[in-house]
Amino acid sequence: MATASDGGFNIAPMDQFVVQPLFSDGPVGMFTVSNATLWMALAVVCTVLLLVVGSRGRAVIPSRAQSVAELAYGFVYKMVEDVTGKDAVRYFPYIMTLFMFILMANMLALIPTSFSPTSHIAVTAVLALAVFIGVTVLGFVKNGASFLSLFWVSSAPLALRPILAIIELISYFVRPVSHSVRLAGNITAGHAVLKVFAGFAAALGVFSFLPILAITAIYALEVLVAFIQAYVFTILTCVYLKDALHPHH
Amino acid sequence: MATEPTTAVLTPGDAPADATGMPQLNVESFPNQIFWLVLALIAIYFVLSRVALPRIASVLAERQGTITNDIAAAEELKQKAAEAEKAYEKALADARAEANRIAEENKAEMQAEIDAANARAEAEIAEKMEASEARIAEIRDGAMQSVETVAKETAYAVVESLGFDADQGQTDAAVEKQMKGAA
Repeated sequence: MATASDGGFNIAPMDQFVVQPLFSDGPVGMFTVSNATLWMALAVVCTVLLLVVGSRGRAVIPSRAQSVAELAYGFVYKMVEDVTGKDAVRYFPYIMTLFMFILMANMLALIPTSFSPTSHIAVTAVLALAVFIGVTVLGFVKNGASFLSLFWVSSAPLALRPILAIIELISYFVRPVSHSVRLAGNITAGHAVLKVFAGFAAALGVFSFLPILAITAIYALEVLVAFIQAYVFTILTCVYLKDALHPHH
Repeated sequence: MATEPTTAVLTPGDAPADATGMPQLNVESFPNQIFWLVLALIAIYFVLSRVALPRIASVLAERQGTITNDIAAAEELKQKAAEAEKAYEKALADARAEANRIAEENKAEMQAEIDAANARAEAEIAEKMEASEARIAEIRDGAMQSVETVAKETAYAVVESLGFDADQGQTDAAVEKQMKGAA
């Protein structure tokens, strides 16, 4: 990272991720209204705008906003139905909540000078742990002890099964880690890269158009990443939920 | 504090939101983020499960119902149209058959009339022919008689002019004899 002594290069790509109080200078307490609060609230507002205000016409022939709302609904509903099965549609509101929050947070984070809640491991870890704990509890409630057959690969030779069981067990507990780090890492990396190129643009003078072109291209990629990461998080949730409902291989 | 360049060289203690490392790993901000995140998720969940999702589901179901109804109605109308077409074709065929029948009838009637007229005309012609033949026969007979008379008179006149004392009875007999011989 560049230091202040470098003069022109004052690139601080991680500054954008700092959680700060909005209305005071003090420390960030649990209930402090911070920039994280603001951008999470905006994600909630955008979700409500799209899905509630957008669909208020209840038209058989939908308006544009209603079309998008129905598209989002159909997208996630079909994903739950296809990946997890028809008996899982009762968990659709939870999954839709996750998808809409992550999608809106990711998209809003692409507004310059905004804050990215989903770039924080604290946020994504809570999301992933909620899925992990919820799915595990649900697996035991629905299947009892036979939920453990998830780790006992009955299609493998008997001698291999204990080893596979250990591997399966480890991979099961690694799930929330990969689930959360994937999202936070993608968003953090993308935004940091944008900031680094922005710093180049500020330092290069006449040739600043080069990094600006690069920023434009990376920004388009980041829009894609914002959607894909929301999609990936959601579909992995569906996969984990399927394991909980149908643990037998 | 936002404007100061945050670097490792500057005193690290004064700003807890220092961006020397990853702000993501600054544990002090965790309770704040987790609290607001849970609040946001609960808010979205309630709005979605109470308002948005049932509403969109009902709209989609209504649309599906409307489409199904419309398709059923279209199917019904199509069937009706096919039936109407069939009825029309049948009426057309019936009308054609009727027209044919009437034409046939008229033709037969006319044929009968023509036949009757023909028969009548033929009968009349036959009658007239008979009469004509009778008359022709009469005229022929008359003509034969006249020829005989003329022959007899001529023969007599010829004989007389030749200076012979002609006997009417003799010439007549000779003429009659000649005519019979010629006949």
